[in-house]
Amino acid sequence: MSLNPDPGTADRLLAAQAAADVKGRSLWKDARQRFMRNRAATAGLVALVLICIFAFFGGFLAQYEPDYVDFSLIGSNASQGVPSIETGHYFGTDSSGRDLYARTVQGTRISLLVGIVGAGVAVIVGTLYGAIAGYKGGRTDGAMMRTVDILMSVPYMFVLILMLVIFGRSILMLFIGIGLISWLDMSRIARGQTLTIKGKEFVEAAHATGVRPMTIILRHIVPNLLGLVIVYATLLVPQMIITESFISFLGLGIQEPNTSLGALISNGASNMQYGVIWQLAFPLFFFVITLFAFFFVGDGLRDALDPKDR
Amino acid sequence: MLNYVLRRVAIAIPTILLLVVISFVLMYAAPGGPFNSERPLPAQVMANIEARYGLDQPYWKQMTTYIWNVVVHFDFGPSFQYRDRTVNDVIAQGFPVTLTYGFWSFIVALVVGVALGAAAAIRHNSWLDYLAVGISIGAQVLPNFVMAPILVLVFTLWLGWLPGGGWQGGQIEYIILPVIALSTSYMASIARITRSSMLEVLNAGFIRTARAKGLPTSRIIWKHAMKPTMLPVLSYLGPAFVGMITGSVIIDVFFSTGGIGQFFVNSAFNRDYSVIMGITILVGVLTVTFNLVVDLLYAWIDPKIRY
Amino acid sequence: MTLKTHLLAGTAALFALSGAAHAESHAMMEHPETGEKLATDQSFTYRVLDEFPSIDPNLIEDVEGSAIGRQLFEGLMNQDEKGDVVPGVATGYEVSEDGLTYTFTLRDDAKWSNGEPVTANDFVYSWQRAADPATASEYQWYMGLMKIANVDEVIAGDMEPSELGVKAVDDLTFEVTLSQPLPYFPQMVTHTTTFPVPQAAIEEHGDAWTQPGNMVSNGAYVLEDRVPQEYITLAKNPEYWDAENVIIEEVKALIINDENQALTRYLAGEFDQTDVPAGQFPRLAEEHPEQAISVPNLCTYYYNLNVSESGPEALADPKVREALYLAIDRDVIVENVVAGGQKPAYTLTHWATAGFEVPSAEAAQMSQQERNERAKELMSEAGYGTDGEALTLDLLYNTSESHKQVATAIGQMWKQTLGVDISMANMEWQTFLEERHNRNYEVARAGWCADYNEASSFLDIMDTNSSYNDSGFNNETYDSLLTEAKTSEDPLPLYTEAETIITQEFPILPIYHYATVFMMDETIKGYPLENAQDNWYAKDLYRVAGE
Repeated sequence: MSLNPDPGTADRLLAAQAAADVKGRSLWKDARQRFMRNRAATAGLVALVLICIFAFFGGFLAQYEPDYVDFSLIGSNASQGVPSIETGHYFGTDSSGRDLYARTVQGTRISLLVGIVGAGVAVIVGTLYGAIAGYKGGRTDGAMMRTVDILMSVPYMFVLILMLVIFGRSILMLFIGIGLISWLDMSRIARGQTLTIKGKEFVEAAHATGVRPMTIILRHIVPNLLGLVIVYATLLVPQMIITESFISFLGLGIQEPNTSLGALISNGASNMQYGVIWQLAFPLFFFVITLFAFFFVGDGLRDALDPKDR
Repeated sequence: MLNYVLRRVAIAIPTILLLVVISFVLMYAAPGGPFNSERPLPAQVMANIEARYGLDQPYWKQMTTYIWNVVVHFDFGPSFQYRDRTVNDVIAQGFPVTLTYGFWSFIVALVVGVALGAAAAIRHNSWLDYLAVGISIGAQVLPNFVMAPILVLVFTLWLGWLPGGGWQGGQIEYIILPVIALSTSYMASIARITRSSMLEVLNAGFIRTARAKGLPTSRIIWKHAMKPTMLPVLSYLGPAFVGMITGSVIIDVFFSTGGIGQFFVNSAFNRDYSVIMGITILVGVLTVTFNLVVDLLYAWIDPKIRY
Repeated sequence: MTLKTHLLAGTAALFALSGAAHAESHAMMEHPETGEKLATDQSFTYRVLDEFPSIDPNLIEDVEGSAIGRQLFEGLMNQDEKGDVVPGVATGYEVSEDGLTYTFTLRDDAKWSNGEPVTANDFVYSWQRAADPATASEYQWYMGLMKIANVDEVIAGDMEPSELGVKAVDDLTFEVTLSQPLPYFPQMVTHTTTFPVPQAAIEEHGDAWTQPGNMVSNGAYVLEDRVPQEYITLAKNPEYWDAENVIIEEVKALIINDENQALTRYLAGEFDQTDVPAGQFPRLAEEHPEQAISVPNLCTYYYNLNVSESGPEALADPKVREALYLAIDRDVIVENVVAGGQKPAYTLTHWATAGFEVPSAEAAQMSQQERNERAKELMSEAGYGTDGEALTLDLLYNTSESHKQVATAIGQMWKQTLGVDISMANMEWQTFLEERHNRNYEVARAGWCADYNEASSFLDIMDTNSSYNDSGFNNETYDSLLTEAKTSEDPLPLYTEAETIITQEFPILPIYHYATVFMMDETIKGYPLENAQDNWYAKDLYRVAGE
């Protein structure tokens, strides 16, 4: 399918292995210092904070509700719906005569949510799955990882389209669908890492004192995977946002009157030759900035947590 | 090695079967059917049509008949939507198109991506590095459903250089725009992976040694750094290649190329069960095959890996 | 072997002949009737949204497929530029006293593209094939609608197709027996399902007979080339009985899914005709007044209200339904949202329907302000709205940019005028159909296009037993009016009365009457702009030379 299956599994694998070398608390401080020295990453972080402020508080500045239709503007968008401070439509109006500023705020918020929750689902499922497989080892491990191999061969975009077509469209379905197809990589990385942690003294000590396996996994193994998980999650968020935008393009995304950046861009792109370029420009701007910010922060985090790359 | 290949093939078969079952269940769980339309058909007419396509049989029987026909006769059945064509016809017509633009996109993405990534790594932290990183992230975040109409607007309407769509048996001027639109995001990913992988390699001991011996940089890059750099790129290429040759809905929608991506989405919406199954199986087989090929290549390049 | 040589010889002859026709039309240079100077390039290329499910006349199920079918094949009757019935393969017909038997006389020079004559037997074969359960045509229902004797039994498999009420009296006389009189029967035989199909080719090639090289047809054009999801090309048929008056040499349909993309390519000069995306007509009409065209199209856009038991309590109250009906500002919808020459609809039947006069609905006479006032009153009488109980309605529509815009606008009108909260639910087509048909909705979008140019084609959908009556409307008076109209000499007053019932009960809220809006190169002439079903024949088109 058209979506880039993954921006760089291998890329992340490398990073993950490296990040896993992080041990103990003091290294986190080091990492923070390294991160702050990386200008692109810091700029990305600042941009991200600003975008979050925009997404969650930008609505207070809007002069209109995101679903309010100004009937006098429908059909005369190109001449009267132009962005203007005077009319209160800072970003102009969309093709249904709604305030694009309010809708961009809403769209940014929903896209961020989809990205973060989707990545969250993938990371949580993947980490737990991988940690359990790695810790249990033996036949359980074999069966669990073979299952991952099989699932990896499934053309997931096809299945996702089928799922959305069939179970109808809800934000929940979207989260589950997007999240479920992305946990496979995470589970492999987590398993590999668990295998090395498993042999450490503190795990063996816990095991010897009779701590239950599930508790060992949650208390001792997962916290040690945290560095890797954070890097992976940051890089996964933009990927989720891109996936959502593709789904919106197919008309299977967020329900009206809610919207996402992907849906706004898709509308804007289909109207771009009709003299309403702002309908594409503003949502696309926020989309691109958000993704840039996530990529830079993700790269920065990886470099920061991976001293060897310097 | 042979043992490993056999084991992988042995996994592939249940994988494909599982895929068939999942798609089958998903499809039949879906509301609607291939012959539902705005105007509901009289019950008798619907019964006649269902009888003709065997849809009146119990599900398990439909599924086993289907699998039997596919495995034994290599017959994917008739399309329910396109009444005068079989699924074999649909794939025979759509897949070569997809394969053609997918293949060229792959070549472009690989060559440009590796060149860009390597250049960025060699001139680490220079303006070239920043430019390459900027281009590659930019190319990755610009959705191709934005890029495709922009390309048509510029090259067809304003400049009048290239046709805005169609395929015409794959003449070069019809391939260019689809390839640009499809390859950019893959190109960007390849560039990013190449860059970080090569940075790592260039910092490795054996390269430092080579430098210390005074070998010319170009020789170091080509002779020593390139092969290990390509390892992580390679593991990305498998899924990327499958992604490109199995078609893109967006390319087919915007450039009217007639590839299987469009057929798939249309049949999902129209509940053309047999076409969905046919294309899903095709893509599944390709995915499994290329994953295997990549793993074997991996073993061949990296002698450390043993199976 | 013999077969192959025969085929090859046929193809060669065809080439030679089409070459000759080509030379002739170049020599012509002027249109024989209007005297306009003709262009040397006589081709017509247009854009269609999607691949045709079939181009087999008996199986064709979509509008675009029908357009191709009309070029490749010719039925008993054709339509002229106004949509009136004119001779096709038949030169005329006679109706028996009781209105049950139609006898069509075929012209003696009608030929298939392989040179064989078109006979009454070809029609008998085609009609039997269309009704035959083994063919499994979706358009069996259309054969049923034509009320041919025994058709229901044939479809049910209780009788052999050969027992269908059609027969070839001789080679040039085709006789149809109906089970009940049907005043608009001649209109119905202009539909592709009733076109003749070549028995020999079908028996030889099976389902593949519609492939280029296999197809034999009797229309003004023959199938030259077809690449699914890309294009279909038709070439002039030299064997066509009226070939000398056919000016367009080549007809090509390009399949382009994205309408905006199609418009860009049209503007770049790649083809001659494409649809105008919703809302873009005014701007295009200003920039290209010669090319932007809007013609009425026999379809009505409306919203179903679920008045059945599964519907919400509020919609059971006629006052609420009327309030919703009144609070829709249709002028905004037609002028600003769809904006392509559509007309506001206060009643169901399309205004351009043949022999129909739109009844004057009371609401149509009021100003929108008056309608809104009245709507608010009704709403508070019913105990809902701004000072009553809060009301939330689900509005179901299928995924599409223009449906979304209409739904957004109407939802806001209801919210702003009546204080009714609307939650929109957009579903992909198949799911949408199922939900609506199972009456699992509150308000749902609907659209209906006439099957034939007569008011009953619209009004029948609200019959209690109609399969498209998704509102669950049940009104005995209404049903009996329609039954009466079927055999009435002058059905118009009955239709008016039926419409009045709808505007008293409001099971549906008519919104607008469709128009077909497209861009067409100004050198293409002869397009039937007054045919309200948009049934065009490439044989009537021609391209004039540019200035």
